[in-house]
Amino acid sequence: MLVRTRRSHGEDHAKDDRVTTAAVHTKASIRALLDTIPDPEVPAISIVELGIIRDISITDDEVTISITPTYSGCPAMHTIQQEIRQVCREHGIVRLTILTILAPAWSTDWMDDSAREKLRAYGIAPPLTVAASPLLQIDLPAVPCPHCRSQRTTLKSEFGSTACKAYYYCDVCLQPFEYFKSF
Amino acid sequence: MTPLSEYLLSLADDRLILGHRLSEWCGHAPILEEDIALSNIALDCIGQATFLYEIAAEAEGNVRTPDRMVYFREAIEYRNLLLVEQPNGDFARTIVRQFLYDAFGISLYDRLQTSSYAPLAAVAQKAHKELRYHFRHSSQWMLRLGDGTDESIQRTQHALNELWQYTDEMFIGGFPAEEVIGSGAAIDPRTLRTGWRNSVDTILSRTALTLPEKDIRMQSGGRNGRHTEHLGHLLTEMQSVARSYPEITW
Repeated sequence: MLVRTRRSHGEDHAKDDRVTTAAVHTKASIRALLDTIPDPEVPAISIVELGIIRDISITDDEVTISITPTYSGCPAMHTIQQEIRQVCREHGIVRLTILTILAPAWSTDWMDDSAREKLRAYGIAPPLTVAASPLLQIDLPAVPCPHCRSQRTTLKSEFGSTACKAYYYCDVCLQPFEYFKSF
Repeated sequence: MTPLSEYLLSLADDRLILGHRLSEWCGHAPILEEDIALSNIALDCIGQATFLYEIAAEAEGNVRTPDRMVYFREAIEYRNLLLVEQPNGDFARTIVRQFLYDAFGISLYDRLQTSSYAPLAAVAQKAHKELRYHFRHSSQWMLRLGDGTDESIQRTQHALNELWQYTDEMFIGGFPAEEVIGSGAAIDPRTLRTGWRNSVDTILSRTALTLPEKDIRMQSGGRNGRHTEHLGHLLTEMQSVARSYPEITW
């Protein structure tokens, strides 16, 4: 089920004389580090909350982090890798491998309730469950307004400022808003 | 090169060339929302192509990189369908091309999710998810244009008549798929025809559009490197920087 398609090595031996082992780190501590990295395009949530961190493994002196892309063409994936690398380096992890895995394909269903609430507070309507909005239907479902929570909203464009968002308009509070598409 | 790597290359070429065509709309689409939509779908296509080139390179034994495949092959070495290389034309033509491909791609990648070649199955899982909303997008436009004004109907019908000759090729067996169907890695394209036709008919039945006459001469050859003249022009533009400054990085 898990297939590696891209391996990106980073061995920053240069001028880093701090801890050169991953031994002081645990999966939980690394996850906590990654949780400090905001999604570059939706900074209200972290890349952990976004659900793209699929696995963390630690051997003697090497850390491997497996990530999965949101959309195939998401231009933020490169930035995310750079940020992971930087945060790890700052915390003494110098031997880091980032694997890109494609299966199982990322789903917004992996986003937990607290992440959804953060999106809403930020003004972005959180994704409905995938089951509630089948991808094959011809029209998108009604999405509650993140400001006034009315269901009376209108889809303006399925494609928004980033691959993951659509544009809606609230017919009650008359505010435009973005919807994080269920996917 | 192996039959498997050639098969993967043909899939990658379809996605790349279609994605490149769509990217030509960036900054030129009739409305802003559509400019964003086409660019967005272009990104998905090129992203999927990237994954496919990577697994094709791996299947070849890493004798060349994905970048070499994309920027340093001649038109005769490209394996894409003739349909996807056809020029954008007007907006209706772009939408018809997209619709005819999406209706095919959505069932192809649905089936490829269970390919016996695990790397391809993984890419297909991702691609199929995205193709579902690509197909929704092109279907919605087919309905709007094909059931719209006299002019939109006339333009869409014209595009359909022009592009229909390139649809048969999607369902022709032969190299490279033929060699890898037996192993379960590839899908026999002939088995996709009925489903595709049903999808097309379902949408067209809700419009004023009609299918072109039956006696249209069908074109093929893309899978063997025999392309229409348009691919050469596309590649010239797409490859110009890489060929002027080989191996450059930034």
